[in-house]
Amino acid sequence: MILNNAQWHALLPILAVSATAIAVMLAIAIKRHHRAVASVAVVGLNLALVAVLLAAHWVPQTVTPLLVVDGYALFYSGLIVATTLGVATLMHAYLEGYAGNREEMYLLLVLAALGGLVLASSNHLASFFIGLELLSIPLFAMIAYPLNQRHALEAGIKYLTLSAAASGFLLFGMALIYADAGTLAFGPLAQKLNAADRLGPYVLVGAGMVLVGAGFKLSLVPFHLWTPDVYDGAPAPVTAFLSTASKAAVFAVLLRFFAQGGGYAAETLKDVLSALAVASILAGNILALMQNNLKRLLAYSSIAHFGYALVALIASGPLAVEAVAVYLLTYVVTNLGAFGVVTLMSSPLGERDADHIYDYRGLFWRRPYLAAILTAMMLSLAGIPITAGFIGKFYVLAVGLDARLWWLVAAVVVGSAIGLFYYLRVLSTLFLQDPTRMQFEAPSDWAQRAGGVMVLGLMLLMMLIGTYPGPFLDVIGLSGLAAP
Amino acid sequence: MILVWLILIPFIGGFLCWQGERYGGIAFPRWVALGTMLLALGISLWLWATGDYTLSGIGAQPQWTIEFQAPWIERFGISVHLGLDGLSLLLVVLTNILGVMAVACSWKEIESQVGFFHLNLLWNLGGVVAVFLALDLFLFFFFWEMMLVPMYFLIARWGHNAPDGKGRIYAATKFFIFTQASGLLMLLSILGLVFAHHTNTGVWSFDYEVLLGSELAPQTEFLLMLGFFAAFMVKLPLVPVHTWLPDAHSQAPTAGSVDLAGILLKTAAYGLMRFGLPLFPEASASFAPVAMWMGVVGIVYGGVMTFAQTDIKRLVAYSSISHMGFIVVGIYAGTPLALQGAVVTMIAHGISAGALFILCGEIYERLHTRELSRMGGLWACFPYLPPIALVFALASLGLPGLGNFVGEFLVLLGTYPVDLPVTIAAATGLVFAAVYALMMVQRAFHGTPTIAKQLQDLNRRELATLLSLMAMLLALGLYPQPVLDTSAAPTQALSRMYQAAQATLAAEAAP
Repeated sequence: MILNNAQWHALLPILAVSATAIAVMLAIAIKRHHRAVASVAVVGLNLALVAVLLAAHWVPQTVTPLLVVDGYALFYSGLIVATTLGVATLMHAYLEGYAGNREEMYLLLVLAALGGLVLASSNHLASFFIGLELLSIPLFAMIAYPLNQRHALEAGIKYLTLSAAASGFLLFGMALIYADAGTLAFGPLAQKLNAADRLGPYVLVGAGMVLVGAGFKLSLVPFHLWTPDVYDGAPAPVTAFLSTASKAAVFAVLLRFFAQGGGYAAETLKDVLSALAVASILAGNILALMQNNLKRLLAYSSIAHFGYALVALIASGPLAVEAVAVYLLTYVVTNLGAFGVVTLMSSPLGERDADHIYDYRGLFWRRPYLAAILTAMMLSLAGIPITAGFIGKFYVLAVGLDARLWWLVAAVVVGSAIGLFYYLRVLSTLFLQDPTRMQFEAPSDWAQRAGGVMVLGLMLLMMLIGTYPGPFLDVIGLSGLAAP
Repeated sequence: MILVWLILIPFIGGFLCWQGERYGGIAFPRWVALGTMLLALGISLWLWATGDYTLSGIGAQPQWTIEFQAPWIERFGISVHLGLDGLSLLLVVLTNILGVMAVACSWKEIESQVGFFHLNLLWNLGGVVAVFLALDLFLFFFFWEMMLVPMYFLIARWGHNAPDGKGRIYAATKFFIFTQASGLLMLLSILGLVFAHHTNTGVWSFDYEVLLGSELAPQTEFLLMLGFFAAFMVKLPLVPVHTWLPDAHSQAPTAGSVDLAGILLKTAAYGLMRFGLPLFPEASASFAPVAMWMGVVGIVYGGVMTFAQTDIKRLVAYSSISHMGFIVVGIYAGTPLALQGAVVTMIAHGISAGALFILCGEIYERLHTRELSRMGGLWACFPYLPPIALVFALASLGLPGLGNFVGEFLVLLGTYPVDLPVTIAAATGLVFAAVYALMMVQRAFHGTPTIAKQLQDLNRRELATLLSLMAMLLALGLYPQPVLDTSAAPTQALSRMYQAAQATLAAEAAP
């Protein structure tokens, strides 16, 4: 297949990330040097960000039947690459104290990001699957990276097994869809499905199974059982990647599947999604109430947050696409910041991460700025004004109301009220007096290191989105789905 | 632009307090905070002295004494729209007065993290001022929720752990969840209103003036009105969603209580007058009997519960519930007199409850208890504190000559032609007030002294605070005309609007 000039340009971000992966691999082969390898990865990812901007002049482009690069794809590509960059800086701070080989982590990270990019521009069930696997397989290794830690290994194996099962569902679902519709490309699929009488049982069951696969990755209830264990067991920066970039990518492709692959045509599917959303919001928030472990708490909170995002997806329509983009942007910034603080507290890699809420007692009096960042991130997750989370919640409620999804809107309100309780619990811990015995402490010069600078920047970005969202909304306004 | 400064000054001052503590020691934040609030108070008084308050921000064509508008989120037609009329001015002045008092009364009480304490206090005050000035529903909601966060920290960090209570973090969390969750219902209503307007006209706008004349189906209007009412009901508070208030007050530091009772509760009453009634006049008019009876239940229930309290701070907290009931009755009665009464009650209650909480704090500092049963005979221990407390207790029971009397009397007078049974039931609140206020004075200050020694009396700072509050209350009681003049235009406009809606309703019900 011959690609023309415009298509090459549109493909630039994916090419840049692929090149970065190769460069990182070569760099490791030449010499093991932690900082050098990390720098190669960071430079490559920065180039990829530039590539996203360059590609923006050439969209929309259909590149092969598998990929479409439109504003939507570029927005999510940019989000994923930027998040990966953030994770890379955290990774550097975290791995400094690790005794084993540190360099391969960056290779895995870049590969996973590449999977995310493929998902963001996927226009075909085949590329959906390829992207998902490309995203997941490096994650197995990343989760179990500290090989001598029991928790991490357990988490890695758990994720591997369940992820394999989910992939099985996904593939079987795609096969069923193909059996009935005779195509895997989103556009033609939508045409078939929208011709209402063509909606056979195979397609419906198939789409349901695709949903199971995606639901697993997004950890929607009832496919969420792995989430707390994996979040808890994985090294903190990997958890950060898992909960932000990886989920945003899967959500992006799911939304495209619904909007352009004809998913909205099936009312049953929407009902199923609504049930999943309500279950995720309620179960996620209620289960989070009982957690004493910050990573597990954030795991349950992310379950609930994807429930909220689903509300926007179910609402459908152009405003919904915008709402999902806003919501995911605010969610990614906030969660990356929260896990960033956990990472900074945990490094250098020790027996376990600083994951008990107890470890954060009195943080405000020892590291006021770090505690202020965590405070802001918790408030943002709770959706309090001046933080980005509020803008996200505002959008979700707005589209939910616009589409008259009363039950879902009610669930969002109830869920947010329950959610406040545990976010506030974390907050109040930060301001308690010092515990008698402190196990964890961020290095005193944390703010001068790359990870610290990144987390500080995230907090500023988060506040900016919360107080002056105009420019961000403008960018998101440009990143709608291209007409199929 | 001056309105923006009114909001920004406390925010900047609070930030300086926090950062300045490191360099200037713990006295620095106190002086900065005091200076900031005095400056804000000065500006608001200057605005009162120089402005023309015959204009009204309520009514079909709102006119503002001062207005400010700048684009903010253009995607949804959201702007930073601020406006000042007589109603908002009075409440801004009240906020700044009590702000000064709150800083003054925490001078000795707060010893740890003084800078951060003042950051929270001032940000809260700034948020409240913004609520009183906001004319964009998004902006209003933004500050409505934002101001809770500093309040949460004030209670959770500097509060007391009352011996039998469930702890300050419990109280702070309860306060936050109650107000935040009800706020979300209001957000839904705001969005509903905006979408309805968008459907009608194709224009996105959160602007108060634009949304004022929205055409709504009666059922929609009623539902949207309920969303606003839910938020205001929790914040006021009305029975049965009042339970956060006594807990929050009993654990809050003195400045937090002053702020909470004096100002935060008033934001709800203000919200009803500025947004609840004008945006949904007909729905509000048809809902009025329910709301008024809820107010009466608040008056009576609050009064009875006050009588049963043994913790002096919880006592004052429950009495607030009772007084806020009058404001609800007055607002929903909707006659000019009743509305003016509600405004005066807001101010008078802000001052008297603020002073009573300051007194509670001062008693606590000296006795280290708030239990009435462990007081008794305090009159012998201090020369100044008991008589001053008596004055504010008398204000609370509605003694003529003090501000509360004017307000509550006007409310009852204005409600009389609208709904006689409500007026009668509400008037019993004055009896309850007499009983609990005198009981408080009797138990705390009279009887056999349990503490034989002379305690340290009020110092000059405390005396100055309380005497100036007393002077204001007396002035309001003896010559309320300046306040009534300032609030006349908005209340009359609101009343016209509301009575027109009542007439429409009556006409619909007649045939």
